[in-house]
Amino acid sequence: MRGLLLALLALFALTQPLAAQDMLPPAPYAYKQLADPRQEAKAQALMETLRCLKCQSQSIADSDAPMAGDMRHQVRTRIAAGEDPEAIRQWLIERYGDYVSYTPQVKPITWPLFAAPLLFLALAAFLLRGRFRRSKGA
Amino acid sequence: MIAELGLAVLWMAAALAVLQLVAGALALRPATAHLAGVVRPVAILQGVLVACAFAALVSLFLTTDLSVKLVAENSHSAKPFIFKLAGTWGNHEGSMLMWVTIMSLAGGFVALIEKRLREETLIATLAGQAFVSLGFYAFLLLASNPFTRLPEPAPEGAGLNPLLQDIGLAFHPPTLYVGYVGLSIAFSFAVGALVTRDVGPAFARAMRPWVLGAWIFLTLGITAGSYWAYYTLGWGGWWFWDPVENASLMPWLAATALLHSCSVLAARNALRTWTVMLGVVAFSMSMVGTFLVRSGILTSVHAFAVDPTRGTFILALLAIYIGGALLLFGLRANTVTEGARFAVLSRESALVFNNVMLCGILGIVLVGTLYPLLTEAMGVKVSVGPPYFNPVSAVFAIPMMLVMAVGPVLRWREDKGGRITWQVAVPALVSAAALLAVELLFAPINLLPALGLAIAPGLAVASVQPLVGRNLRRTPLPIYGMVLGHLGIAVALFGMASEGAFSTERLAAMNPGDSQQVGPFKVTLQDIGPVAGPNWTALEATVSASYAGGAGTVLHPQARTFANPPGNRTESALLTRWNGQLYAVLGEEGEDGRWQMRFWWKPFVPMIWYGGALVALGGLLALLGRVARDVRRLVAIDKIAFRRERQGR
Repeated sequence: MRGLLLALLALFALTQPLAAQDMLPPAPYAYKQLADPRQEAKAQALMETLRCLKCQSQSIADSDAPMAGDMRHQVRTRIAAGEDPEAIRQWLIERYGDYVSYTPQVKPITWPLFAAPLLFLALAAFLLRGRFRRSKGA
Repeated sequence: MIAELGLAVLWMAAALAVLQLVAGALALRPATAHLAGVVRPVAILQGVLVACAFAALVSLFLTTDLSVKLVAENSHSAKPFIFKLAGTWGNHEGSMLMWVTIMSLAGGFVALIEKRLREETLIATLAGQAFVSLGFYAFLLLASNPFTRLPEPAPEGAGLNPLLQDIGLAFHPPTLYVGYVGLSIAFSFAVGALVTRDVGPAFARAMRPWVLGAWIFLTLGITAGSYWAYYTLGWGGWWFWDPVENASLMPWLAATALLHSCSVLAARNALRTWTVMLGVVAFSMSMVGTFLVRSGILTSVHAFAVDPTRGTFILALLAIYIGGALLLFGLRANTVTEGARFAVLSRESALVFNNVMLCGILGIVLVGTLYPLLTEAMGVKVSVGPPYFNPVSAVFAIPMMLVMAVGPVLRWREDKGGRITWQVAVPALVSAAALLAVELLFAPINLLPALGLAIAPGLAVASVQPLVGRNLRRTPLPIYGMVLGHLGIAVALFGMASEGAFSTERLAAMNPGDSQQVGPFKVTLQDIGPVAGPNWTALEATVSASYAGGAGTVLHPQARTFANPPGNRTESALLTRWNGQLYAVLGEEGEDGRWQMRFWWKPFVPMIWYGGALVALGGLLALLGRVARDVRRLVAIDKIAFRRERQGR
């Protein structure tokens, strides 16, 4: 019974359409943490802000996709080599575009993202001021 | 036969909705006022008919009638019963039919029982409700008919996405839909009140149970959705700021603001325009939540462009609803006077402040969710994620929580600072002590988790303060509801901050017999073997986990493989203790034959969802209190009428 089940499982694994690169074993640091906990924490913090390009709204720290594994490997080896996290982010942005970074980059096209909170704060202050000033007279 | 019957009934219900809208609108003119008598019975009948159509679809799914296109595309004869049932609404057409069913039943219910409002306002409300549901009928009948037959019955169905074959997710969409519908009913009340210029406490009291009910369901829906993502996605994340998640969070934020301003209007006859505006916003957000997710535009502008027919219909509906609602508000807002005044230091002010902060968070989430779509349309793909949403929403959320700690102990209309010195000082001291402890004992911790850990205990103390000095047996239920709701927020905040600050992760390649240390746990991989479920097979690991050297508990994380349709899903195993959760995942087998195991120790993480449940429970208590009072009032009115009748004889 057990043998049969395993055989069935193997069959499923074979019949599934897998991309060629998925057949390769994952890069060493895809599923392995750095030995130095400080460096690992640094790598983890960076990975949480990088988008897995093949998933829907998951960071590379949250994904089983092979590409996310490769990127985790890249991040961990570069952190271990002493690179600055922001430099690694820039390197990835050069390679994959702005889309890869969950932290929006300050650029002409992204200014509304940074203006919006200020606008909302100003609007909130205006609304509250108007209400409180009027109510004082009452 | 059942499919054709379902479609016929659906058309009849749509026709009744037209009648409800036209008769309701005409009844508001003096010349045709006699039509008012039609509206209530039509609303009730419409609810019954559309419920029949929905029942027809459910029966098609339960019998797996493969001659119906929707069933063949989304179900499978070998699925367990519960997922056949959930399959009814686990797809686009079925979920739209469910939406309109809940909405029409709710409308029929309003027509049946609502007696507090002026008859005119109620008729206008029902007409508004018919207008909203007509959009759904048009969408169903013209662009997404759930009852279409196939020319030839399919030999077998295509099945349901494995990620959705989970009991939590089977009931997640209906929960959110009930919430959205509740908000659209609240909006219909706002329309009715605007049309008849009748915005006042009676309107707020009629609307409040619907807002409360909607808010309870939205809270439950979001909490359950977050827990589902946490345990099925297999990496321990519980909130991703994903556009679909955001689409459910925005109506909740609006509903929270509406709920509070509704209370001010009911109790104090203040904030009239503001309440109506929030009603419009909450409804708009629930339409965004329903439709934007369905249009596919959230995932990608390009995915949307591939099949634009349905998506364009959806965007047009969105534009008509939101535009229409805003137009009506713009035309009539100036006829609504602002209502009673209040001082800067008063409970009303605290509520206004927090309403504005909630709207600020709502605005941030809206911009952060939609702006990437805009840039994508312009040809630049950017991502907006946690590094944006977390700090920016905190700018609004932190002042809000501070005011939330003080608001409930303030008096209505006007208060004096000196009266509440102690009620402010005690929570402030608790928070300061917590901040000091966090900084001294656990540094370094990131700013936001540290602030969360500091604010949560103070907020928890503050939230129970309204009970101090009260006779607990005579305290009305809504007060308990408020206390529990606020306490729930503090509890959830603590869970979030603790997860952010103290989680430990261990990734390891293991042979059976190997051990690893994860936080206070020692985990040992004992065995890996195959198991089979009703429509899946899996590899299952046997892991024993011992907490701080104690006796081992056995966990069984699985990697499941589904056949119809083919797909994989990790089934993480969770060990819950009072002070946190151990999260275990079985990954792939490596080249050297070792298994990739993932473990997390997440201190106090369940508090996130306990907190959410507490908030919903608080809402439920408040709702029960309000409804009980309304029922008592109705019974009293009936008694008086009965007595008068007898005396008259």
